[in-house]
Amino acid sequence: MANYEPILLKNMLQPGYTGSLADYERAGGYQALRKVLGKVSPSDVTAVVMKSGLRGRGGAGFPTGVKWGFLPKDYQGPRYLCCNADESEPGTFKDRQLIERDPHQLIEGILIACYAIGAASAYIYIRGEFVLGAKILEQAIGEARAAGYVGKNILGSNSTIDVWVHRGAGAYICGEETALLESLEGKRGLPRVKPPFPATHGLYDKPTVVNNVETLANLPHIMTRGAEWFASIGSPPKSTGTRVFCVSGHVARPGNYEVPMGITFRELIYEQAGGMRSDKKLKAFIPGGASAPFLTPDHLDVKLDFESVAQAGSMLGSGGVTVMEEGTDMVWAALRLMEFFYHESCGKCSPCREGSSWLVQIMRRIVNKRGQMSDLETLTDLCKNIAGRTVCAFGDAEVSPIMSTLKHWRHEYVTLIHAAETANLIRPEPAGAKH
Amino acid sequence: MLQTTHKAEIDDILSRYPVRRSALLPLLYLAQREQGYITESAMQEIAGILKLTPPQVYETATFYTMLNLKPVGRFHIQVCKSLMCALVGSDTLIGWIGRKLGIKPGETTADKLFTLSAVECLAACGTAPMMQINDDYYERLTEDKLDRILADLRQTGASALKTGPFMWPEPNGTRQ
Repeated sequence: MANYEPILLKNMLQPGYTGSLADYERAGGYQALRKVLGKVSPSDVTAVVMKSGLRGRGGAGFPTGVKWGFLPKDYQGPRYLCCNADESEPGTFKDRQLIERDPHQLIEGILIACYAIGAASAYIYIRGEFVLGAKILEQAIGEARAAGYVGKNILGSNSTIDVWVHRGAGAYICGEETALLESLEGKRGLPRVKPPFPATHGLYDKPTVVNNVETLANLPHIMTRGAEWFASIGSPPKSTGTRVFCVSGHVARPGNYEVPMGITFRELIYEQAGGMRSDKKLKAFIPGGASAPFLTPDHLDVKLDFESVAQAGSMLGSGGVTVMEEGTDMVWAALRLMEFFYHESCGKCSPCREGSSWLVQIMRRIVNKRGQMSDLETLTDLCKNIAGRTVCAFGDAEVSPIMSTLKHWRHEYVTLIHAAETANLIRPEPAGAKH
Repeated sequence: MLQTTHKAEIDDILSRYPVRRSALLPLLYLAQREQGYITESAMQEIAGILKLTPPQVYETATFYTMLNLKPVGRFHIQVCKSLMCALVGSDTLIGWIGRKLGIKPGETTADKLFTLSAVECLAACGTAPMMQINDDYYERLTEDKLDRILADLRQTGASALKTGPFMWPEPNGTRQ
């Protein structure tokens, strides 16, 4: 098995590393902040990040430096950084590890980002269920404040940056950046209509950047080792650096694996994650969290970078790779994800709110062997009328399990429907889907 | 009254935000921590603190699944039922718990000790099947482990089988 140099997981892989401030400093922590603060101009920090090619690790893969560059240059009022630690894309569990095992790496990244964009306050929006993660972060911020890394006049540089932890309360949609801002403002987490974008009208209508945990955790390393070093890792020029891929499902060794972007799914699944858990062969996998369309064994040699996965008809997304073995009922699998999206639809846009309910009802009907052939057309028609017709990307996400399983495993839908027809079990379901 | 019993904590929360309404979720959590769920009078008091109308507090509180507007048992068992956990047996796990406690998802035991909920993804897919009980995660569950956790909770109110700080796979060898 190929060994790759870990970057984000390096510290926590050391025996006895606790993630305390002392441990982090001993491993070279906060040197990047010292190097940058008051010595490199904020615009130069942004230029380095742009040059590194770092792209967002939350799902959309937007270039981080470019995002920062959208903030108005001449605006005199407050600006904000929000760290998106809502980690709620099914199949994804990397941010939890980065937070609980090496909180200072994230805090240093937040401080560097705040310095670059001129923000005096950062809020870490962490999903409500991560109670331990929130405690660990609070404690680490306290340590950093006592050591002079957080607060007023940081390291004698005249920079003031405060960092706060803000807990969400169990809504998937709050991982969408404008829903996150609404939630942080104490409202229901409904995504905003864009434009205007958070860069000009974000938290409290002020210029705001929202970055994912893993994105921010990369910053100390980029500032210490340079843009060229970072840009040489992975699949340059468009997918640079490593990713912490989360492997789940029917593999022998599920877990988080940090590898350079550009290795193949075959290598990630069969070498890093130890292959399948039994003699059963791989039947399907989801390459980037529940929102990413399913792929087949034919796609195992696709490279894990943004462009290659998009070309294969899916997306790299949040890096959550879920593997399914032979014997897995693909219609059932799509229904399970559809139930998730139905539960989590925020209700703002009618196509998503109503459509998700209809999709769940039809899928349940098919799985329960009460479907009819015309259901397949109805499913496709509904999906086409949801995707692209909502305020946020949730609409596109919720149709991907059904659309992709219909594309690759249509015969499984047909088999279930034939079973219904021969058993003459077709009868209407009671109206209204239940959660 | 939260304002009389938790004044310092409320002031600390308010000091973190330039706009008061941002303190709404933290204050609702505070109310839930004190009473196990969020009462109508707590929502009214919070509205007063934040200079909001009670409906503004209520509309927010009803959006979030972690905010309980009704009482739950002393131990709120939330089992993940999303696809990643379902692939490795979460339905079986929910069945075990249901049989051991004599309740279905959405129900509370007669002694008010346990509430069982089947919930969507809790971001621990690599260590599935898993559940959260109150603040703690329990991962890589087996029937035997589940028995020990329930016994621990009944006897001492806590279980050493809770997991975290999370890292999987662990750098050296494996944990329980």
